[in-house]
Amino acid sequence: MKPRVATVWLGGCSGCHMSFLDMDERLIELAGRMDLVYSPIADVKEFPRDVDVTLVEGAVTNDENEEMAHIIRRNSRFVVSFGDCAVSGNVTALRNGFDKEDVLRRAYVELADVDPQIPRDHPTIAELMAKARPLHEIIPVDAFLHGCPPTADQIWFAVSELLEGRMPAFSPVYLRYG
Amino acid sequence: MAILTLTIDGEQLSANDDETLLEIARQHDIAIPTLCHLEGLSDVGSCRLCLVEIEGSQKLFPACTTRAQEGMVVRTKTERLQRNRRMIIELLASEGNHQCAVCVVNNHCELQNLAYEVGLTHTRYPYLYPKKRLDASHPDFIIDRNRCVLCTRCVRVCHEVEGAHVWDIAQRGIHCEIISDMDQPWGTSPSCTSCGKCVLVCPTGALIAKGENVAEMEKKTDFLKYIVTARVKREWINTDGEE
Ligand code: SF4
Ligand code: SF4
Ligand code: SF4
Ligand code: FES
Repeated sequence: MKPRVATVWLGGCSGCHMSFLDMDERLIELAGRMDLVYSPIADVKEFPRDVDVTLVEGAVTNDENEEMAHIIRRNSRFVVSFGDCAVSGNVTALRNGFDKEDVLRRAYVELADVDPQIPRDHPTIAELMAKARPLHEIIPVDAFLHGCPPTADQIWFAVSELLEGRMPAFSPVYLRYG
Repeated sequence: MAILTLTIDGEQLSANDDETLLEIARQHDIAIPTLCHLEGLSDVGSCRLCLVEIEGSQKLFPACTTRAQEGMVVRTKTERLQRNRRMIIELLASEGNHQCAVCVVNNHCELQNLAYEVGLTHTRYPYLYPKKRLDASHPDFIIDRNRCVLCTRCVRVCHEVEGAHVWDIAQRGIHCEIISDMDQPWGTSPSCTSCGKCVLVCPTGALIAKGENVAEMEKKTDFLKYIVTARVKREWINTDGEE
């Protein structure tokens, strides 16, 4: 059976996933070596059981992200913090120096062109946490893939290693922030 | 001045008795990481990255402020030291606000380079995300305290080389911060000559020139060498690189 791989988009800009797609024709090779069982680029509603490797983009910034992080951990053998936001909070954490209510007001009221109001009090709307947090402060993480976003080469290296059952050892070439 | 012999990482070396362990190590290409040290400025031994082991003592010593003694046996790369260095970088990362992706000195940053050197994959300590002040009131420069590692290089260069003493440290412990004059906006400082030396010696993106974009700014510290040589030896280094 081929390794089962998932990718998840939490509090990030989707740039890490764009970089994943930047692997271009190497994606075809990857497709032959793994099954993508859950991803923003695959139409699967529920996070499945028994996943071998899960790449997580983004910081944990609202209660939905937090719940998802625990689901990921329960169902994955290897969890990888995928990109600087997952590793350290990065751009998603730029708001952390401000009060949560001020942030919401700024985004949804002061900068709104039409119908300024803070979306809340509805079961489908996630509640922002007081601070965005790196993934490993919420759940144990097995490997860290840096960069904002990580380059296609970095992702290729890390995923190839993980598919072989090896922990990617990031040489200085692959250890780079920003 | 007397000549003495000592051992660093198993190598027998001779040195002058007024030299620091760091100076001796660097003369012999023995790498010791540093952050607060900068050649041309006085040493304060504050960042603790250059800590080394000296046989016969349980204590660790900063190589930048410890003078060589006859027969000293020094180790610079033990597992304990590597562990400590990584811990220091993790603490610096977690007590500031570092977003390299949007930082003016990205890819030209001493803190980043040190993090790569110690293999900083992630920070084990919870990030504090402190609220820090940014001051853009100076016409040419900005101080962004979010990126400050409190190395005090700016304080020393402004006091020791420029002679203006604009910068100081205020508060205690985790609340320490760099302030200009009487904690007033930098742009209103009557003592700042706008020489820009502090900006050049700052190892991070805390002191930056206006108009630089993300990852654009590269700091050059070699100007110090010219000034210090001129002052101490009363001779000028030829700017073509020949002395
Ligand atoms: S100062 Fe250095 S470590 Fe901090 S954000 Fe800028 S590049 Fe990154
Ligand atoms: S620009 Fe020059 S005088 Fe002004 S604070 Fe910096 S080092 Fe001091
Ligand atoms: S502003 Fe720069 S030079 Fe000054 S203490 Fe902070 S990091 Fe060091
Ligand atoms: S370089 Fe020696 S303590 Fe900072």
